[in-house]
Amino acid sequence: MSTLEFHNVVKEYRLRGGWHGRTLKAVKDVSFAIESGKTVALVGQSGSGKSTIAKLLMQLERPTSGQILFDGVPVQNRGAGLRQYRRDVQMVFQDPFASLNPFHTVGHHLARPLKLHGKAKTAEETDVAVAELLTRVRLDPEMAAKHPHEMSGGQRQRVAIARALAPQPRILVADEPVSMLDVSIRLGVLNLLADLQRAENLGVLYITHDLATARHFSDEILVMYQGEIVEAGPSDEVILNPQHPYTQLLAEAAPNPEKRLAL
Amino acid sequence: MEQTLEAPRASAAAAVQPKKRQRRPRSAKLMAGLIIAGAIALFGILGPLFLGDPNAISNDTLAAPGNGMLLGTTQTGQDVLAQLAHATRGSLTIGVLVGAMAIVASAFFGIVGAYIGGWTDETFSLITNVMLVIPGLPLVIVISSYVPDKGLLLIAGVLALTSWAGGARVLRAVTLSLRNRDYVAASRVSGEKTWRILMVEILPNLMPILASQMVFAVIFAILGEAGLAFIGLGASGTWTWGSMLFYAQNGLALRLGAWWWFVPPGLLIAVFGAALSLINFSIDEIINPKLRDQTLAARKRWNTPRTKKLTVPGTEKTSS
Repeated sequence: MSTLEFHNVVKEYRLRGGWHGRTLKAVKDVSFAIESGKTVALVGQSGSGKSTIAKLLMQLERPTSGQILFDGVPVQNRGAGLRQYRRDVQMVFQDPFASLNPFHTVGHHLARPLKLHGKAKTAEETDVAVAELLTRVRLDPEMAAKHPHEMSGGQRQRVAIARALAPQPRILVADEPVSMLDVSIRLGVLNLLADLQRAENLGVLYITHDLATARHFSDEILVMYQGEIVEAGPSDEVILNPQHPYTQLLAEAAPNPEKRLAL
Repeated sequence: MEQTLEAPRASAAAAVQPKKRQRRPRSAKLMAGLIIAGAIALFGILGPLFLGDPNAISNDTLAAPGNGMLLGTTQTGQDVLAQLAHATRGSLTIGVLVGAMAIVASAFFGIVGAYIGGWTDETFSLITNVMLVIPGLPLVIVISSYVPDKGLLLIAGVLALTSWAGGARVLRAVTLSLRNRDYVAASRVSGEKTWRILMVEILPNLMPILASQMVFAVIFAILGEAGLAFIGLGASGTWTWGSMLFYAQNGLALRLGAWWWFVPPGLLIAVFGAALSLINFSIDEIINPKLRDQTLAARKRWNTPRTKKLTVPGTEKTSS
């Protein structure tokens, strides 16, 4: 059982230009928690600060103020503490065309985290572990020898998921994992994520702008608007009974096949 | 799931042609460049082993080619062909040394600065910019005229010092774009160390640019050294194409009509420079496929017979 908590996290970016250094508040006083075995969806439009939250969570950015706690302990952002944290918290990036290095094979992408986190030592162990990871994301183990440009978007995103699973994390952040994929294969990737979440008892932060999949795949929804979480609660409640005007607007905008148009 | 269906088929296709994972564009330019440069390099490496002492004086002075001397002799009766072989070796050594040093320096200042950012980047950029505005050849002349004992290594060092800055600027710009790629962030998330991200994730993607910079640095070095040697500031006691030209000039080769003395080194400089430029062009085409398409389109236009255009009715009038 692991929990990851954000306590009053603020992230400001200093903007260049002009006489006065202006600041942009990307994330304003955000608090939430992710638990093993549960999926939390973070919903909001572009520019609302969703991806900044992902970066803060992955320690790619440092918060201006506030605390990030893992199992009740503040996350260290260097040294062995960070290494341990990286083993426990992993991320799937948005764009599978950018998140895999075009120079390296799929095998390299999967072998590195395995070796870094001591999951495989010898070459044979690594090969076996890589094949096993590929099978888990329902790819042919033969694909280890391929380069990213030889694969489709869906296959690449599966590789990215496999890479995130390699250190056997407790918490997985999925930053719009299907927004760059073809509509026809989105459901396959999302179902895969959901299956893995159940099998591994992962805590998942599913970042998206799609209310329908957020409701379907997550237990809890956080609605983000201009850097703030404006509404949070169990999925059905947030969607069916939205309190904040922005959530109401979002729910209205989502296509509803049951509602008949008054023509 | 279409992926699972697709996968075995794709792997079966890969099994049929195992080695052909990337179709390398093989252009005539690259082949011509490699063959010419390779032949000259081979001459420089093997020639000195078979040909005699370039400094040996004989009584057969200023003899035209023939009579056992393939390229004739100099004013003091030295074998031009033997000199040429040693000069080729000397010039290529300088070229390779400078190329290696310049590429290491520009990679260090360009890539490391851009990746780390902040004050390191500012400092490295400042150094690069200062080196960039210092005029190269005059500085080389000043330095090499002050140093009394000029070895090959010193000349190479001085040439490298003045030639790395441009490459560093290019590498910095590309690294700035690469460091923000998702795959770099993904390796950080995986827990990779900074130096490993630089060496394993970023550097390979810079390879074509590094190769092109290196080729450019070699051309610059050989021409620069030839210039220095020609005005008598080259490495002392080392034969290079430039020093051959220097001695030919001193020996009044042009006035005496001894073309076999100055034409071979001059020609080799030009041909080797051209060969490296051909290689550089084809590397450029690999980096930027658009260039290749333009070349192909141009070639197609050349190869298309003119009469074909006339057979298409209407186009003639609308175009004119």
